[in-house]
Amino acid sequence: MRHLIDPMDLSVQEIDDLLALAEDIIANHDKYTKVCEGKKLATLFFEPSTRTRLSFEAAMMELGGNVLGFSSADSSSSTKGESVADTVKVVSCYADIIAMRHPKEGAPYLASLKSDAPIINAGDGGHNHPTQTLTDLLTIKREKGHLGDITIGFCGDLKFGRTVHSLIKALSRYDNIQYIMISPEELEIPEYIKEEVFEKKNIAYEQVRTIDEVIDRLDVLYMTRVQRERFFNEADYIRLKDTYILDMPKLKNAKPDLSILHPLPRVNEIAVEVDDDPRACYFRQALNGKYVRMALIMTMLGLTGQ
Amino acid sequence: MNIDSIQNGIVLDHITAGKGMEVYRYLGLDKLDCSVAIIKNATSHKMGRKDILKIDHPDYDINLDVLGYVDPDISVSIIKDGVTVEKKKVNLPEQIVNIVKCKNPRCITTEEQGIQHIFKLTDKEKRIYRCVYCEAENQGEIIV
Repeated sequence: MRHLIDPMDLSVQEIDDLLALAEDIIANHDKYTKVCEGKKLATLFFEPSTRTRLSFEAAMMELGGNVLGFSSADSSSSTKGESVADTVKVVSCYADIIAMRHPKEGAPYLASLKSDAPIINAGDGGHNHPTQTLTDLLTIKREKGHLGDITIGFCGDLKFGRTVHSLIKALSRYDNIQYIMISPEELEIPEYIKEEVFEKKNIAYEQVRTIDEVIDRLDVLYMTRVQRERFFNEADYIRLKDTYILDMPKLKNAKPDLSILHPLPRVNEIAVEVDDDPRACYFRQALNGKYVRMALIMTMLGLTGQ
Repeated sequence: MNIDSIQNGIVLDHITAGKGMEVYRYLGLDKLDCSVAIIKNATSHKMGRKDILKIDHPDYDINLDVLGYVDPDISVSIIKDGVTVEKKKVNLPEQIVNIVKCKNPRCITTEEQGIQHIFKLTDKEKRIYRCVYCEAENQGEIIV
């Protein structure tokens, strides 16, 4: 039995197969509506996450399966002091597959050591969130037609944004990708990503301070939120916050086929006016999240379409 | 300076100068009743200066993983009746279990009871160990 804890647990072939299956589910939806009949997904959410949980539940329902679980630690037996190991051991008696979110880093890995059912990490603190990475990859694949041969810009908080780190690691296995990092100095990508991904694999990357200076070169723009609490002082935050807000004037020089991605939730880093531009992909991205989770659930349960 | 040789026990030689006390703490030698000698900054042809530990205990079961983790260049000699009967090689262990605790406050190991504290060697050259749960680089505190 396999678990999915870290996006890098999957080989390139396995990712390609998952994305192909997700695309087939999109194209031939009827083929898959009863695939998970009689199967149960448990969603163990020790901290609230509306989108990820609903996406998992919608995915299982669309495959004809059933869902059980809890959506916050308050409604689980962890309030009585039960360990993660015991909770998972019990739940794996009732469910065929488990999606788990926990505020503590490594909790899903611990669960995978104890569970009799496959565990999907649905986010563990600031650590891993593999199904978001798969969602991002599927979105790039669907929007561009391929995962290599692109110029991708990452914008905003590149220091603490786990989705950015995971996506960079996952993309580093594909050929001919130009990386442009757009962030204030305070929120540059961490040294370990530079050393372990870019330098180890001899991948060139650029670091710039504004969207304007690179927007005309980008095929994909991955936006993230710049949060006030990440700055040492309020003055720096106020000085920099608007630099990383994407609006229509900033898109003036962008390519007509640019794809704008965002893991959501968005606060104000993408102006609402951008939503109507066909280059805005973030709501399609959220939909892709459901399809890639359907593909993942099927694959981990060893099921195929009818 | 003369230190008596031991009759039955273990000699840890070629400890990097200054690390003798660290090895003493990691091995939990303070819990032993027998004589333990710590020699700091002894002259060494090979190393210039080195530390040495002598444990006067015939049945002491040394944890080579702990030694490898703290200082993989240590040489271990088992002494019986005043004679070296065996030399053990110390290697950088692939993983260490329940030797150090993860210091990342967001790690599940800080909350879950009865959990094994496991670190894996991820970079042999730089001797970097990472927590298997949260992957934080080890700057852990000693458990033993």
